[in-house]
Amino acid sequence: MSSVLYDVPGPRAVIRNRILGAITVLVVLAVLGWVLWRFWVTGQFTPEKWYAFTFTRIWEQFGLATLRTLAAFAVASVGAMILGFLLAIGRLSDHAWVRMPITGITEVFRAIPVLIFMILLYYGLPVIGIKMSSYWAVVIALIAYNGSVLAEVIRAGVESLPRGQREAGYAIGLRKAGVMRLILMPQAIRAMMPVIIAQLVVTLKDTALGFIITYPELLYFARLLGSNAVLGSPLIPAALVAGTIYVALCLALSYVAYTVEKRLRRSPRAVAVAGAGAAPQGGTDTELIVAQRALGPDDPKTGGG
Amino acid sequence: MNIITDYPDLWRDALVGTLVLFFGGAVIALILGVIVGAMRVSPIPVARAVGTVYVNWIRNTPLTLVMFFFAFCVPLLLPGRANFLVLAVWALGIYTATYVAETIRSGINTVPVGQAEAARALGLTFGQVMSLIVLPQAARSVIPPMMSVFIALLKNTTVAAGFSVVNLGNIRAEMSENGENQLLTIVWVMVFFVVMVLLLAWLQRVLENRWRVAR
Repeated sequence: MSSVLYDVPGPRAVIRNRILGAITVLVVLAVLGWVLWRFWVTGQFTPEKWYAFTFTRIWEQFGLATLRTLAAFAVASVGAMILGFLLAIGRLSDHAWVRMPITGITEVFRAIPVLIFMILLYYGLPVIGIKMSSYWAVVIALIAYNGSVLAEVIRAGVESLPRGQREAGYAIGLRKAGVMRLILMPQAIRAMMPVIIAQLVVTLKDTALGFIITYPELLYFARLLGSNAVLGSPLIPAALVAGTIYVALCLALSYVAYTVEKRLRRSPRAVAVAGAGAAPQGGTDTELIVAQRALGPDDPKTGGG
Repeated sequence: MNIITDYPDLWRDALVGTLVLFFGGAVIALILGVIVGAMRVSPIPVARAVGTVYVNWIRNTPLTLVMFFFAFCVPLLLPGRANFLVLAVWALGIYTATYVAETIRSGINTVPVGQAEAARALGLTFGQVMSLIVLPQAARSVIPPMMSVFIALLKNTTVAAGFSVVNLGNIRAEMSENGENQLLTIVWVMVFFVVMVLLLAWLQRVLENRWRVAR
């Protein structure tokens, strides 16, 4: 890939780039060094701070908390897919009396912050006598929000398909349900898979909001451990461990999105849909030169979102 | 309506808190996002790598955890007393900056390479290629997704409520101490957000129609 921004560098540009590279390294090292120095000065690297992590029990607890995060994520993601599917079909309906309210619902669900929705379910509804556990408050709020987002994604996928697909379906005598079920939906979902998985990463991240409404997930446990004076209040180590677990989980999901996207681009059955996959590369001379010099940066694109 | 008119100060403080978080976070996110976005498209491999690591690392961390770190851990690391509002603004800014950076990068990628090559063929300097050809086109295609980033930022301000920063997200707790109806309070907060988000979405549409790139 050659960039719009710069040509293949000549000798002077190469030297300039090296100097700038060196400056970048110095700045980043300075920032990192300062952070580590603050960690050191405030005694974050002392054995006492990490003492808690020598116990198997603590790691077991971390594992259980991670499982509770995943339990919320699993139910929420499946629910959001189903709801997204239903709402998408509703939004694509030919009847205005179905389409209008469904459109309204998806727009409102997307405009309300997920946290506010969780708070409504957990603290607001008991006022009118509906009580639920924090787990269900987290899951239902995530389903409502992400389902609405996925509905938009699936609808966009269906509308970006060539018109001829639908027409051909009707031409061979399928009814509306058949055209949807057999022709439009499978293609739309296949084309939008990377975006759908990217949205699932968002769902996984948002389970952490459960911490605020006292659902005992990973972050909640990190806070609990961090405020344990007997173990030396290892707040920062606990946050670092929790962060590492989250990043590992999300990266694993993002990686799935990336491989799916790559396979889709190669798959002969996939339709070229704008917004899914990369734009076709029009090779220019500069790109050829770059390819020959192997200067091209390869940055894996995770799904858009 | 009483629930609002009886407590004008509470609601005003909450609204101001939300707006401070929003605009403060937006300013930090824009400055940092432009820097990181520039690093991601620069010809310098090291800068690209640093930008990529930063973006992937923060984007795969929940905002709640970023807030958690800023609210509970940063005060331990820094000398002096910490202001929770300032910390929350920084957390929002640092988190949103990754999305701003990605938006800028994809905006620059929408400009066909041929545009810049044609400009260079005419003998324009780097500065001219940037200011006359590439950035105007990139800016136009960036506007709608950038507005989406800001809509997400507005909704994310509520996360600060979990860390004792006064905003619309935790007015419920204040109200319940006064023995008011929590359900009504939350419904009103929702109405506020729907109105604000619709306002931003309307702005997004207006800008999109005015600045459409003819391609």
